[in-house]
Amino acid sequence: MAQHVLLIEDEPNIAEAIRFLLTRDGLRVSHAAEGAAALVLLRQDPPDLVILDHMLPGMSGLEVLTAVRADPESRNLPVMMLTARGRDREMAEAAGADRFMTKPFSNAEIIAEVRTMLGQPRQAP
Amino acid sequence: MPFNLLVLACFLYVAFLFTVAFLVERRADRRRLGWLRSPLVYTLSLSIYCTAWTFYGAVGYAARSGLEFLTIYFGPTLVFVGWWWLLRKLVRIGRQHHVTSVADLISSRYGKSNTLGVIVTMLAVVAATPYIALQLQSVVLSFGVFASAAPDGSRPLEAGQIAVWVAVGLALFTILFGTRNLDAREQHHGIVTAIAVEAVVKLVALLAVGSFVVWGIAGGVADVIARIDAADLAAWQVQPGRWTGLILLSAAAVITLPRMFQVMVVENEDEGHLARASWAFPLYLLGMSLFIVPIAVVGLERMPAGANPDMFVLTLPLAEGQAALAMLAFLGGFSSATSMVIVESIALATMISNHVMIPLWLRLRPGAAEEDDLRSVVLMARRLAIAAVLALGYGYYQLSGGSAALASIGLIAFLGVAQVLPAMLGGIFWRGATRTGAILGLVTGLTVWAYTSFLPSFGPGAVLPETVFADGLFGLGWLRPHALFGTQAMDPIIHALFWSMALNVLAFCLGSLFTFPGPVERLQGAAFVNIFEGAVGPQRWARGRAEPEALLGMAQRILGEETALSLFQSAARAQGKEVFLPDPTPAFLDQLEARLSGSVGAATAHAMISQLVGRATVTVEDLMAVASESAQILEYSARLEAREAELTRTAGALREANEKLTQLSLQKDAFLSQISHELRTPMTSIRAFSEILTEGDLPAEAVMRYGRIIHDEAKRLTRLLDDLLDLSVLENGAVQLNLGLASLQGMIDTALTAARQTRPDRDFQVVRDLPAEAIYLRTDADRLTQVFINLISNARKYCDAPRAELRIVVLQRSGRVTVDFIDNGKGIPKESQALIFEKFARLTDANRAGGAGLGLAICREIMTNLGGSVAYLPGQRGAAFRVTVPLRLERLAA
Repeated sequence: MAQHVLLIEDEPNIAEAIRFLLTRDGLRVSHAAEGAAALVLLRQDPPDLVILDHMLPGMSGLEVLTAVRADPESRNLPVMMLTARGRDREMAEAAGADRFMTKPFSNAEIIAEVRTMLGQPRQAP
Repeated sequence: MPFNLLVLACFLYVAFLFTVAFLVERRADRRRLGWLRSPLVYTLSLSIYCTAWTFYGAVGYAARSGLEFLTIYFGPTLVFVGWWWLLRKLVRIGRQHHVTSVADLISSRYGKSNTLGVIVTMLAVVAATPYIALQLQSVVLSFGVFASAAPDGSRPLEAGQIAVWVAVGLALFTILFGTRNLDAREQHHGIVTAIAVEAVVKLVALLAVGSFVVWGIAGGVADVIARIDAADLAAWQVQPGRWTGLILLSAAAVITLPRMFQVMVVENEDEGHLARASWAFPLYLLGMSLFIVPIAVVGLERMPAGANPDMFVLTLPLAEGQAALAMLAFLGGFSSATSMVIVESIALATMISNHVMIPLWLRLRPGAAEEDDLRSVVLMARRLAIAAVLALGYGYYQLSGGSAALASIGLIAFLGVAQVLPAMLGGIFWRGATRTGAILGLVTGLTVWAYTSFLPSFGPGAVLPETVFADGLFGLGWLRPHALFGTQAMDPIIHALFWSMALNVLAFCLGSLFTFPGPVERLQGAAFVNIFEGAVGPQRWARGRAEPEALLGMAQRILGEETALSLFQSAARAQGKEVFLPDPTPAFLDQLEARLSGSVGAATAHAMISQLVGRATVTVEDLMAVASESAQILEYSARLEAREAELTRTAGALREANEKLTQLSLQKDAFLSQISHELRTPMTSIRAFSEILTEGDLPAEAVMRYGRIIHDEAKRLTRLLDDLLDLSVLENGAVQLNLGLASLQGMIDTALTAARQTRPDRDFQVVRDLPAEAIYLRTDADRLTQVFINLISNARKYCDAPRAELRIVVLQRSGRVTVDFIDNGKGIPKESQALIFEKFARLTDANRAGGAGLGLAICREIMTNLGGSVAYLPGQRGAAFRVTVPLRLERLAA
């Protein structure tokens, strides 16, 4: 069965691009445009990987990440954060992001990262 | 003379007064009063001292009691000539402390106590009501003289009807010109000028009748003197005790009568006018008294026995067939009566509304100070009070049946208001006078006056039973109203004067000696007593506890929106701040309180500010300043204080600048990362899709779709760069303006249409005032429209009210136009108001999606280039922005 990626991104065009890339790569992609809806999706249909944008309306990306990590079910879920600003990296890592990508990224790069993350699930500490 | 002609003359005369008052108010509105503010008008307005009681009654008084009527003129003359310094002190205090009435003066001096205000108001109303009734009676009597002289003897109007019409007419006139606005100092230029005109009419009338009597009926001066000698009035003797008493009484009355205080202190424009009045007003009184005795003597000779001497001024010319002269005399009397009633009812209405109605209303509706438009409430209260005062006067006239009992009421009313004198003089000369003392003195004086003078004036058996007159209250012989403590042989009025004033002063002094003044009282006392030294300021407010927004809200409800805003703005500018709201410094709070007290009285203004600020604190320095008499210390502390104030202000300015810098540096970092984000977001889509496209192998519609996305994102990128460039061009002042004449309404129309693209799904109510928008501006229409679009779009974006509404208010004044955009949302929190015009400043932290946050920064730069400004307007319910543009922008010499 195809592995499942939850994409949380408010910019519709970026979301469409990533969805296209991952789907073409044989992954199943579900998409949420803001944090609250994403958390519901996360519980209903647990993914194998989360791609999370940093700047979201309502709950920020960091808040979503904190909520993901607070839930025992998803404590070890691999999370990749996307950002368009330089200084967000430290905060994202402190909040428990596994990987970090800066926009704009190359398509090959993001696909490679996703494959790596899905191949090596996060080890329990 | 036909009666109808008389009524017509009255109407014409009143219409003439209306015109005068109206024209003067118009000029006052345009601040072009010129000679109307001269000492002459001031002096003439003082003549309301001479009411119908003096105009008609003086002759009757002379016919009955000889020269005693002169005492009524001697008192004021003594005060104006000899006690000029006392009046000057009163006027200075009145101006400096924005005093609105006698009651306000007393209440303000004794710690802004409203209890005292209420007592004085009560006293004034009780004493003035019969006096107003007396004026109505005189008008009715004078009408009666003409009616009975009519050939067919028919009476077209009943006495009661005349009184009603006169009362209603006066109420209308007073309400119309007396409550036009809540001017800071309660000045009524129109009415004062009308009063001055009436003063001339009564003087001319009396002099004309007198001249006619001396040279027309009698054979000149010598003949008149002979006749006076021949009359048995020659035996008139001076009763020293009674004369002294009456002179004292009228001297006291001229200071304390509400109407005199109104024209002398409240309506005073310039202290210098008092200097002229000090000799001119006694001259006026001399003119008024010059012919009284000849008219009385000739009248007694000529008129049939039993004719009412009070009406000789009218009946003598009538009997001699001089209808025109009689008409003039009638208008003189009419003037005396109307001017007194008008001013008296204004003075009383101010007291009643400021000390009784408004405090009650504020107490009954505790939240009201924050909600309602107090201005209209105060004005309504004042109108009601005027109507009530005249209704009371009319009621009293009806009750007393227009009887002769009214004639003696003049002196009784004088005595009633004179009870204020100890508290007033004590208040401005004696620092030890306290609130308790003032209350005790006033209540004692009021009680004794009512018991010995006012209530007995209704006649034995009317209010006080006859047994009380014979045997005293509760059968105690020493409590007989006309013989307190067994003092039998005294004249009733002198008896009442002596006992009421003696006990009043005694209670006042004892009460003051045995109680301690409160802190506010102490400071007010020092400020009043040492008014000319000017060393001690009014009491201080504690710094900083008041929210300037709340203060502004309150001030707007009393002073009106524009006045309050400009007051706050100028105060803010004086403090060196660029925003609308000044810091609530003690000095500013004092200034605000003084301004408000001019509208609603010291006690109410103080209470309203206390509500917002908390209690006024009296600092140790303040008390030191009061306690130490040494001028050196005072001066030194004043200098220290000034320096401290300056330091505080500088520190405040520095703190503000520092805060702004800190926030700006944070903003700069945010700005850079924001630019990064704004640029990277469209780039991400463009890069991703262009890579996808280059890989090929896609269905045609996908190629189309991805191509379009790339195109859209490229456009978005361009727009952002345009904005950034726009901003940098505007900031460098290198912008090309395209000046031309354009309709403001057109620009707003365009902006509204364009802004509809922002959240087109929203149902947005727009409230406009199209006539106000019909203005042509010389400006760069595209740029200005750009600002409008931005503000309207912001409202559409951020207004969070369920039924969103945007008000667009246009005002034009002195070459500038302001356009306010006010929505009904939550508004912008105070701490953010200074920052919203910075680049990339978005209020909900940067995570909120939307525009790049350059809009308001661009607006600010555009407005600077257009010679205007855009600012956040605090104190409205929702978010509000004010755009100010010059009406005609001239091309700057570049």
